[in-house]
Amino acid sequence: MASIPEELKYSKEHEWVSGDVTSGSVVTVGITEHAAEALGDVVFVEAPAVGASVTAGEVCGELESTKAVSELYSPVSGTVTEVNDSLENAPESINAEPYGSGWIFKVELSDDAGDLLDAAGYADVSE
Amino acid sequence: MSALRSPLHAQHVALDASLVDFAGWEMPLRYGGDVAEHHAVRNAAGLFDLSHMGELMVRGADAAAALDHALVGHMSRMGLGRAKYTMICAADGGVLDDLVVYRRDWDHFMVVANAANRERVLAELQARFAAAGLDATVDDETHAIALIAVQGPASAGIVARMCEAGADDVDVMKYYTGVNILLEGGTHAYAARTGYTGEDGFELFVAADTAADVWELALREGAADGLQPCGLASRDSLRLEAGMPLYGHELSHDSTPFEAGLGRVVSFGVAGGPDRGDFVGREALARVREEGVAKTLVGLVGDGRRAARTGYAVTDAEDNQVGIVTSGLPSPTLGQPIAMAYVPPALAEPGTVVGVDVRGRREEMRVIALPFYKRDA
Repeated sequence: MASIPEELKYSKEHEWVSGDVTSGSVVTVGITEHAAEALGDVVFVEAPAVGASVTAGEVCGELESTKAVSELYSPVSGTVTEVNDSLENAPESINAEPYGSGWIFKVELSDDAGDLLDAAGYADVSE
Repeated sequence: MSALRSPLHAQHVALDASLVDFAGWEMPLRYGGDVAEHHAVRNAAGLFDLSHMGELMVRGADAAAALDHALVGHMSRMGLGRAKYTMICAADGGVLDDLVVYRRDWDHFMVVANAANRERVLAELQARFAAAGLDATVDDETHAIALIAVQGPASAGIVARMCEAGADDVDVMKYYTGVNILLEGGTHAYAARTGYTGEDGFELFVAADTAADVWELALREGAADGLQPCGLASRDSLRLEAGMPLYGHELSHDSTPFEAGLGRVVSFGVAGGPDRGDFVGREALARVREEGVAKTLVGLVGDGRRAARTGYAVTDAEDNQVGIVTSGLPSPTLGQPIAMAYVPPALAEPGTVVGVDVRGRREEMRVIALPFYKRDA
């Protein structure tokens, strides 16, 4: 069973969000272990650029494995403040530590992110 | 309809494999990471369960003549113990399946078909043998046989260690030959030096009720060499790097072997040699050989990161679609995106730059001669 940490929040598109989700704060975004397992070994990540505006529920990048390509959705709306550059040379971090060194980008929220799921809610959609 | 299961299903579950539906079979997609499995086969060895492949046994006094008629290859010219890559085509020349045929005895051939095409190949062979009035039968023994492949540079040593002492000279086997061997514990196997990875390797055909023992034996004897169980994801990336076609992608009823660059599998007979005789598809295939093809299969390699995938459009300098990608992925060995695609012959010259529409954005790729990867001889 893929792990779903209690302290994180989730989108239906299999991204996780950590941190305070009220307007103005900065959150970290990645993909869940369930999503990483479904994709297989990630070999290339195209994340949004620093300074880009992202919108909750909209595509902001893509992830490629040998087997498949998957769109990366932003789970929140705001401005990208930082991107995990280590994924350029070590995309495998997404499979090894999806909730740790495999984080993808950080966003300063332009709105409260009220629609995210808690761990139990995400467990239901990722069944 | 419930999924068909390999006799090794319990082993896959115990290894915590990700299972996937493949042509109605529940088979391992990967055990751990598919990239690690890919590299294991390139650098050491990998163990594959291919029990979904179809084994169709053709027997009878006219077995060779019957296959000469039903397939595009000249099967009666095969020596005992030889394997041959061939195809079964429709009367219009379109490919119905690609096959590996093993001559196990003078009157006994084993036809290995793709899982998705097994029933169609069985029906076609039976119909063609009957229509030609030849004395040959076809039996589908897929469910009685497990197919276990050991692939990679360490495979010969591993298979030798799997054999009973004194019966372990598998390394003298030539590529594309098969022989009966005796495995440790007294298990019989038909071992063929064939595969679908671009590496040296063996495919072991064993009775289904001995499959678990053979699988465990291979894991045990291969452990010191770094043998890893490998799933269908790495099988696909390995075969694509080796430039090998996959039915449903590079091959289909919509094209002949000539478009796929595999016209050499079609035998029209050699001048001065024994009469090849008529075969299903001969007239249509002779015409294609004479008139040439409107599209041809090429290899593409990109310098960027985004990979072309099956079904993506190949485009010219003005972004008009001129071809289609049949398979594509980021190559674990080359570290670049690779693909196979059908393009007009005018664009097939190595070095030609084409575009691929990768989800709305143009990525440039270069035509290169297949295969993408060739092992050191």
